[in-house]
Amino acid sequence: MTSRVLTGEHFINGDIACAEGAIAAGCTFFGGYPITPATEVAEHISIRLPRVGGTFIQMEDEIAAMTSVLGGAWTGAKSMTATSGPGFSLMMETIGLAVVTETPCVVVNVQRAGPSTGLPTQGAQADMMQARWGSHGDYEIIAVAPASPQEMFDLTITAFNLSEAYRTPVFIMSDEIVGHMSERVVIPEAGKIRTVSRPRPAGRKDRFRLYRPGPNGVAPMPAIGDGYKIHVTGLTHDEKGYPVMSVETQKEMIERITGKIRNNIDDIVMTESYRLSDADIAVVSYGVSARTSFTAVDEARKRGIRAGMLRLVTVWPFPEKQIRALAQKVKGIITVEINMGQISREVERCAAGRVPTIGVGHHGGAIIPPEAVIDAMEKEVMR
Amino acid sequence: MIRSADPAVAPTVHPLEDLVRMDRIPHIWCPGCGTGSVFTACLTAIKQTGIPYDQFAMVSGIGCSGRGAGYINIDSFHTTHGRAIPFATGIKMANPKLNVIVFSGDGDLFAIGGNHFIHAARRNMDITVVCVNNLTYGMTGGQVAATTPHNARSSTTVMGNPETPFNLPLLAYAAGATYIARWSMLHARDLADAIAAALRRRGFSFIEALSPCPVNYGRRNREKAIDTLRHYQEKAIIKNGAHPAELDMSDARGPILGNFLDIEKPTHDEIYKRMYRPEEG
Repeated sequence: MTSRVLTGEHFINGDIACAEGAIAAGCTFFGGYPITPATEVAEHISIRLPRVGGTFIQMEDEIAAMTSVLGGAWTGAKSMTATSGPGFSLMMETIGLAVVTETPCVVVNVQRAGPSTGLPTQGAQADMMQARWGSHGDYEIIAVAPASPQEMFDLTITAFNLSEAYRTPVFIMSDEIVGHMSERVVIPEAGKIRTVSRPRPAGRKDRFRLYRPGPNGVAPMPAIGDGYKIHVTGLTHDEKGYPVMSVETQKEMIERITGKIRNNIDDIVMTESYRLSDADIAVVSYGVSARTSFTAVDEARKRGIRAGMLRLVTVWPFPEKQIRALAQKVKGIITVEINMGQISREVERCAAGRVPTIGVGHHGGAIIPPEAVIDAMEKEVMR
Repeated sequence: MIRSADPAVAPTVHPLEDLVRMDRIPHIWCPGCGTGSVFTACLTAIKQTGIPYDQFAMVSGIGCSGRGAGYINIDSFHTTHGRAIPFATGIKMANPKLNVIVFSGDGDLFAIGGNHFIHAARRNMDITVVCVNNLTYGMTGGQVAATTPHNARSSTTVMGNPETPFNLPLLAYAAGATYIARWSMLHARDLADAIAAALRRRGFSFIEALSPCPVNYGRRNREKAIDTLRHYQEKAIIKNGAHPAELDMSDARGPILGNFLDIEKPTHDEIYKRMYRPEEG
């Protein structure tokens, strides 16, 4: 068996860094289906997982891949899949099952331009709302947006930790550019990597309730074979996990699965502030678009525009508090993303008319040049 | 639990009670439906194997038979429509020590889930698939299924089914299943024995259990539950070892039942381990 954590400096692309992050986080099951530009995650993990005692299987389609991940997760394995937009769409029904059965798992979406087959080899950030609302029904979800191969490693570990801690699917909303970009990635020593595992039940098995929440709203989760005789269903269910078709049970269940995210939002949400302390104009961005936005902020400062940036590391749940605070501070907010206005609408909602908000978007297939962001700032300042 | 009216007589416990979630009884299956009988055969088979219950998991999809997972008192999963097999595949690959049973209906397994069935058979995934075949979409209200006989009426083929149904054992055979049997719910003992044999062996096992749906299939085709049973009893041809190609459900004769195939082939998890994790021995 080879080492689980490949401590050292590497020059690898984002997809491979993501696969290594998963293994470092303790992933032992990967069910996948190849799709550009996420394929390298599956290819790399297919080689690495068996060497650390785990299992890879390439399923017959994305629906099967996502479903196998749920089966794997209930054996106690930290489980994962990787896909891109069209595959993400196919997985959506099963992602809903993961949400309602409170199954921890990680789904990587290396986004490409769409709709439909779109531009398979070129990036976009246009699945952001699909990540939020793609499955049916009411739910909350967690999604992080890495901006570099290093973050593909780091945030994959974070994604596993959040999924285990909150018993929910967690999305890594990457894109083709970050996925295929090669940079230096530093993998720390195994002992310095913090990993979280789902809470496991203890106590009398005959009194066990599958969905009786602990103090943070999350219930301990047994594995198949532990002897708890669990029943897991996608139907509306009570604390025992049994289906109950009533308005009251639906209310309790939905409040639990949304509450465990909403009530712990400060523990989940991560943002990064850059030159914001004296800023007049704030750029809000995430993922690959944040990289050009940093450059745009620096360039704007040289031109006398007091610009700063709030980078959304967590995109869902949406960092509402941070955006509201920003709207109290600055004179205008520009949201930069490779889509036609998905997160910018959220920013506009949270700014709630306190300051002007505009979106700098792109149709997909290319990154947004810093000039486009600076142009928007100048217009904003002139106004 | 059946309790005697006489307090002096000890309560009679049903022999399968330890395998049923008694707190979920009564079940939802209609009078005349065969799913309960197939479920009973499945529980009997689990008991027959003598394998500890904790080492089993049952996975169902959606539909009437899909509720099976909700009544069995072992680790059990009621998943999405058509996806019981990939869920079971994930369980088996992540923990090959578990015995995984898929209990679902013909609509779930062979229309929406058809792709997963053929690939699990092709891989020789070490799972046991029990299909309750009632020839229709029962829970959804009697629409046409991939198994509905040609000319039969359903709520979406009111003039008769224009399509040709699957021969399920032949499909399983062509895809690579290593154990194939078909019995009716009336042949309860043969059915339980076939399921037990499937559970004891390694590899992809497929058991088709013919079962009446008087409410949603029978009503439209002028067939009462008792007529279906009579048909199974009087017309069924028992032919163990029959070639799957001759097992189509024909109007001209009764269904051919039996244990058709039982061959040895390495399973997917065995091959994977041998090729990719040889150091584990």
